[in-house]
Amino acid sequence: MLTNEDVLVVVPAFNEAMSVAGVVKEVAQAAPRAHILVVDDGSTDATAAAARDAGAEVVTNVFNLGVGGAMRVGFRYAAARHFRVVVQVDGDGQHDPRDLARLVDALEDKPHPEVVIGARFAGEGDYEVPVMRRWAMRLLARYLSGVAHVKLTDVTSGFRAHNRAAIDLFARTYPADYLADTVESLVIAVENGGVISQVPVSMRSRTGGAPSQNTGRAAMYLARVSLMLLIALFRHRAPRSTEEAA
Amino acid sequence: MSGVHIIAIVAAVATIAVIVELSRRRQLREKYALIWLASGAVMAVFAISPGLFNDLAHSIGVKNPPDLLAVMACLFLLMVCVQFSWEMGRLQDRTRLLAEEVALLRNEMQQMRAGAEGRVGTLSPARVEDPSA
Repeated sequence: MLTNEDVLVVVPAFNEAMSVAGVVKEVAQAAPRAHILVVDDGSTDATAAAARDAGAEVVTNVFNLGVGGAMRVGFRYAAARHFRVVVQVDGDGQHDPRDLARLVDALEDKPHPEVVIGARFAGEGDYEVPVMRRWAMRLLARYLSGVAHVKLTDVTSGFRAHNRAAIDLFARTYPADYLADTVESLVIAVENGGVISQVPVSMRSRTGGAPSQNTGRAAMYLARVSLMLLIALFRHRAPRSTEEAA
Repeated sequence: MSGVHIIAIVAAVATIAVIVELSRRRQLREKYALIWLASGAVMAVFAISPGLFNDLAHSIGVKNPPDLLAVMACLFLLMVCVQFSWEMGRLQDRTRLLAEEVALLRNEMQQMRAGAEGRVGTLSPARVEDPSA
């Protein structure tokens, strides 16, 4: 059984000074013995100070690397300190830390990489997204359900738990490209014998910051998702085993 | 010798001169200097004896030699651009890796200064897969 001391909660935050302190406090309440690491991804506001004041440890990226870069910092931190679980919670407050324990409980602490996704469409909460973005998300979900051989409904969710093997894998391979951090990371996990599962979680509206979605962007998002899936079809599948890189 | 040939010769000589000067000042890496010197040399050869280029075009069945020139130039530049995109991607990956490393090392240092309480790890040197390798 995993205890909270083994859990590192990684909060990637880019200009989330308004919300990050609240997230840290809620996480601390939900999982009092977990270690909280806020990865300040080159913020230009007071994100780092707010997080530190709220009691989190803060690692600051020199410049903005995107969620993928922030998360790899978190995974490498966790791997170096032998944490057994990494839970990603976004810094904008859209995830409810009270669901954190259910995500961690869904990990079985197996020797292969495990990723548990907190899925927003799986019935809980009232989560609304623009139509084109929803198409893109469905397309991705369908594709990844095929790859992972399990029904996944929300593969772009940034609320996830990872076991030790997934931490070690992602400390080396977590992708940084747009979208890749959420979607391609799952593909990488599966290619390395990993198992993906999902747990329904409720989603709240953001407590701070501006949502990054309008019609033009959503259309662009759909186009990029389609292109990415097309490339994925033809991609060279290099074996990326743990032994190989060791 | 027509005006266009003089322009071509001047352009070729100027290209070679600029590349030589840049490499002499160590402003240009050798591998790039090589590409541009070679293309400068090709330009010079054809500028000096346009007949050579016309013969080449006719021998491979191109009726209008300038067409061949245009197609070759486009293909060459396209290749160079693709090569640069690839290299830029690789550089971005490496920059990202360095940025992550700096963030973790700075954190490590702050922890050590603060007396290293709690769970201190030994940060292993970056061993991240280079997707372009």
